[in-house]
Amino acid sequence: MADTQTPAVAVRGLRHAFGDNVAVDNVDLTVESGEIFGLLGPNGAGKTTTIRMITTLLPVGTGSIEIFGLDVSRRKMAVRRLIGYVPQLLSADGTLSGRENVALFARLFDVPRSVRRSRTDEVIEAMGLADAADRTVSTYSGGMIRRLELAQALVSSPRLLILDEPTIGLDPVARTGVWERIAEVRARNGMTVLVTTHYMEEAQEHCDRVALMHRGRIRALGTPDELIAGLDVPAGSLDDVFRAYTGDDLDGGGIRDVRATRRTAGRLR
Amino acid sequence: MSAPLAAPPAGSADLLPAEPGFGSAVRILFARVGAMCLVELQKLRRDRTELVTRAIQPTLWLLVFGETFTRIRAIPTGNVRYLDFLAPGILAQSALFVSIFYGIQIIWERDAGVLAKLMVTPTPRAALVTGKAFAAGVRALIQALAVLVLAAILGVDITPNPLRLLGAAVVLLLGAGFFCCLSITIAGMVLKRDRLMGIGQAITMPLFFASNALYPVAVMPGWLQAINHVNPLSYEVEALRGLLIGTPARLPLDFAVTAGWAVLGVACAAALLPRLTR
Repeated sequence: MADTQTPAVAVRGLRHAFGDNVAVDNVDLTVESGEIFGLLGPNGAGKTTTIRMITTLLPVGTGSIEIFGLDVSRRKMAVRRLIGYVPQLLSADGTLSGRENVALFARLFDVPRSVRRSRTDEVIEAMGLADAADRTVSTYSGGMIRRLELAQALVSSPRLLILDEPTIGLDPVARTGVWERIAEVRARNGMTVLVTTHYMEEAQEHCDRVALMHRGRIRALGTPDELIAGLDVPAGSLDDVFRAYTGDDLDGGGIRDVRATRRTAGRLR
Repeated sequence: MSAPLAAPPAGSADLLPAEPGFGSAVRILFARVGAMCLVELQKLRRDRTELVTRAIQPTLWLLVFGETFTRIRAIPTGNVRYLDFLAPGILAQSALFVSIFYGIQIIWERDAGVLAKLMVTPTPRAALVTGKAFAAGVRALIQALAVLVLAAILGVDITPNPLRLLGAAVVLLLGAGFFCCLSITIAGMVLKRDRLMGIGQAITMPLFFASNALYPVAVMPGWLQAINHVNPLSYEVEALRGLLIGTPARLPLDFAVTAGWAVLGVACAAALLPRLTR
């Protein structure tokens, strides 16, 4: 492909403050085309703010972001066409059926009418939801909703899939299920995946490269193995890497973390 | 596996899309409005209970207020019976009450993450807002049907002319669409559900009482007549009354004003919508 050299995401000198609180502080980040890139850190590290600027939800003030060479501030609509986005909250529409949720996104991304039905069926099938497709989403479990959201994000064949804490609030089986589906689709079509998480063990297992973010800054960047090898700790993990770079435990999320998890789990009940 | 899970074809127009021209921008806007309207209809199909509970209030207005004031003849409506005069006003009022709380739905969708996800799709904000305005209009129409049936049972002389009924439906749709957009605009300013509910309640009653829904303009004091002049609800009611009951109305002006407010409402709501997901 002609643009394998063009990075999927290029973030330069990005800064964003909410009042006096600097959420993102001079971040540089490059996500190469085709990789699974993990943005790691506790809640409040600035991950979600960075994602919101990349997805055009939050205006880019200082710095710049390019998605496959397109400037996010100037080419919002064009950028949105390239992105599939799964937000942190379970956000499929509970009053619609699974199929209706996916079909809406097929329409919003101009999937041609002639293939809309078949593509919708295909992603629903690939996410293991064929039997539940015509049920109202309010009857789905958390893991099913997450997979439905993946189907919504994938129906447009995005070149860049952005997942914000995709496994938060899910039980271990559902978490594994979500990662497996992502890996399957990526293996088949080579899309780029940008994922935020604060589960270090998941990142270690599933990401090609990771960036550790803490208090708005990138503290370390590399493959999980590189980062762990650089530590000089026997049988180290990304948790150890994080502690080494920040002097902080990852469980810094505190009450906000608990609340976000509860809200996610409690929705649609 | 084919289409969606296969690699995007190299060199397709999707890869590095050119800036769309005006023609295709308009086409996309219409396609998106269609998609959003469709999904709102799918949602409405599933909650019919609310449609029934929401018909209670207009029923009370017609049955209790209407019947009583028809009997005591306190409000001079010329040679039109008061109940006949009131029925179109109640139609417009029930549409207003349905629509004004759509902003709360938008805030709920924001809190649930649904709105952010829609905002990241290549969908003009005006299309997202128009979908909601359409949904408010459809709800208002369903409720209007209930009110009209009741009015007919109470002996209100409603036109059987299908063109006039269609005209009334269009006016109602535009009116409901405007108040829905007003509500979303306020939601975009206050950002919080509680404050929106307070403001919603604070403006619906004044809008209603400062209109010609309950009494003719002629009996209003001068200052109220002035407010009535700029109140979109009054133009909506005048058109509905003219079309359904046959009272004198300035139909072209009424349509123009109602449609103008609706377009302005979509523009304002679309401009403020992104504030909700920041």
